[in-house]
Amino acid sequence: MDMKFRIFRFDPEEDRDPYYREYSVAAKPDERLLDCLNRIKWEQDGTLSYRMSCAHGVCGSDAMRINGRCALACQKLAKDFEGVEVVLEPLPTFTVLKDLIVDLTPFFERVDEVRPYLMASDPPDKERLQSPDDRKKMGAAIRCILCACCTAACPVSIENPDYIGPAALVQAFRRIFDSRDEEREDRLKQLDYPDGVWACVNYFECTRVCPKEIPVTKYINMIKREIGK
Amino acid sequence: MKHEYDVVIVGSGLAGLRAALEVAQEADVALISKVFPTRSHSGAAQGGISAALGNEEPDSSEWHMYDTVKGGDYLVDQDAAEVLADDAVRAVVELEHFGVPFNRTPEGKIAQRAFGGHTRDFGKGPVKRACYAADRTGRVILDTLFGEAVRRGIKVFSEFHLMDLIVDKSRVGGVVAYELATGEIHEFRSRAIMLATGGFGKLFKTTSNCFANTGDGVYLCYRAGIPLEDMEFVQFHPTGIYGLGVLITEAARGEGGVLRNSEGRRFMDDYAPTIKDLAPRDMVSRAMITEIRAGRGIDGRDFLHLDLTHLGKDKLAEKLSDISSFAKIYLGIDVASEPIPVSPTCHYMMGGIPTDVDGRVLDDKGNAVTGLYAAGECACISVHGANRLGCNSLVDLVVFGRRAGKMISRELPSLDRWEPAGDPADAALWTVDAIRSRRSGEKAAGIRSEMQQTMTDLCSVYRNEKDLARAMSDIRGLKERYQMVTVDDKGAMFNTDILEAVELESLLGLAEATLVCAEARKESRGAHFREDYPDRDDVNWLKHTLIQKTGQSFRIFFKPVVITRFEPKARTY
Repeated sequence: MDMKFRIFRFDPEEDRDPYYREYSVAAKPDERLLDCLNRIKWEQDGTLSYRMSCAHGVCGSDAMRINGRCALACQKLAKDFEGVEVVLEPLPTFTVLKDLIVDLTPFFERVDEVRPYLMASDPPDKERLQSPDDRKKMGAAIRCILCACCTAACPVSIENPDYIGPAALVQAFRRIFDSRDEEREDRLKQLDYPDGVWACVNYFECTRVCPKEIPVTKYINMIKREIGK
Repeated sequence: MKHEYDVVIVGSGLAGLRAALEVAQEADVALISKVFPTRSHSGAAQGGISAALGNEEPDSSEWHMYDTVKGGDYLVDQDAAEVLADDAVRAVVELEHFGVPFNRTPEGKIAQRAFGGHTRDFGKGPVKRACYAADRTGRVILDTLFGEAVRRGIKVFSEFHLMDLIVDKSRVGGVVAYELATGEIHEFRSRAIMLATGGFGKLFKTTSNCFANTGDGVYLCYRAGIPLEDMEFVQFHPTGIYGLGVLITEAARGEGGVLRNSEGRRFMDDYAPTIKDLAPRDMVSRAMITEIRAGRGIDGRDFLHLDLTHLGKDKLAEKLSDISSFAKIYLGIDVASEPIPVSPTCHYMMGGIPTDVDGRVLDDKGNAVTGLYAAGECACISVHGANRLGCNSLVDLVVFGRRAGKMISRELPSLDRWEPAGDPADAALWTVDAIRSRRSGEKAAGIRSEMQQTMTDLCSVYRNEKDLARAMSDIRGLKERYQMVTVDDKGAMFNTDILEAVELESLLGLAEATLVCAEARKESRGAHFREDYPDRDDVNWLKHTLIQKTGQSFRIFFKPVVITRFEPKARTY
């Protein structure tokens, strides 16, 4: 099948303003949009830049805006865009560095802020015990691949650069609901401020775009409830 | 730009991170990575990490060691296998302490499941030894170790590509790297270098490996005159999604999934009567190709079925959710009701940079190169021999990553700074400038794609003299063409066009080394199967292959296998 692409281009060394460039590429129906992008880069235009690595939705590198929605290019198949122009743009909310590559530094800083590691003292000689039910409380949060789709898509994040953002909250959730963590109260306190968990007003965009199907909004609301307890 | 550190670690997968956590307590460390650390390929490991915890049923480190040796078709250095098996339990408990969200038994211990080649009582039957977190074990360990690195404030240089090693015969001075964001060449001066740059599955067309797995560290050692070990041993994982190569974890079979041919038969009954679908990967992959060649592929085509339909929705959701989602996304199938089309996919490199059990890189005389260390898939200790068992890679990374870190800490006080003559960054600058300024020639992608096709067609699960000779001639032609590689992108920022061209030099060099070693080994052992020499030959070939670059040519030599406990025996399952 023939695929039509319209791709956001911007090279700060060359361009005063961003522009869109159109490409046509032949693809098999089961190929990924990432395969199409690679074919464009390898066969037509090597100047196109984007991030990629594992190509099957595990590493989180190739997040971008695909026809208006934040997603991973390696998780979308050509056949689902038959007869439709595919518009590829960099993730919103973040600063564009070149073409489809954005500056994720502020994203990772937010994640680091929530202390994305277990805080617990005096481990026993063997493993700590944790019941299967307690283990399940971390839920789908352990699926997060830090692709930044949720934070990029969040209408609050776009408006308010101080909002901690859904991805950092998912990381916080994972530790707050880990029965082994001993800093639960402190973690909740840390998120209890206007630009913290309370900035979320339930647009549900994060949940809609999450490529790992994490119920992000639900988890944010569970944090709110824990703070209220 | 110049930087000065005590230690530079290249690669931020599990081996690099684990080493960094160890060394950072003692020294000033820079962790350099081609991708942001949590994008590293360790994160793609699915099924589990092996350790004889005995949480589900009786198990022992001795059985683990035996399985590792036998799984590696007796090419494993047994002193290394003993270290791995003995330290595995401590290493997994440590990961739990770091916060890895393992699945749990009803009593709250780390849950374990069956995996290929993991047996009780020296091969009597399967044993549950794989500790797991659903089917994203690698990813959660990677996230956890990176979290630890964040906690300890370890300095990370993300999206820096390794261009050169500043080494001579007996000293190291640091590394040279290309910063993707700016195009700038950086010199990282250090007293110790640790390579944890991973494998090079991108030699092949169909692979479970990520785009970043181009073997840069391994190739740069080779280019610097350090020999490479056992390069002919390439693991093909039996269950890649047909056509795509995306991995479907062996845990799918550990949880009860079975492979079926076009007749619906569980054909592994014929090849490994005791442990059937849980035979080691080399045997299952060969069985699959044999079935396909006998016309028993599905619809007479070149794939088979992995049947999980009898496992039930609950087990699939709790223990195999990621692979269920891969099948849904890429094939549009529900694994609870339909089988998955699968074929072998290039997965893991047993060979690489020779090291001792403490990560010290060994030269052609078998002596440690002062200040140079390696661990993880880029290294060859050799703990996996001719074929790695599933779940032994993750444990290898954390056990030997840590040991390398400890050794660096121990040796660092005696390592001096070395100021090499001239400017060590020059070669990297010339390389990049030459590629950028070349006006005519061809792009890397075409050469790379021909290389991958050649390696897949002629150097995969089955090999023979004629195919290997043809492949060698192809690769040499491609190396010639590479001399005129060119790029469209002449800019400085995020020039992935140049990055891919630079990576291709590594891939072509490693393709040649792999072919030379595959041609040299005239027997069949583990993952290396020669149709023209179909038997294992312990009299002549129970030895490691080494290939060393000598000017424009190379030489092949050998070293003995360390055998301590288990004398080589016929390998049946």
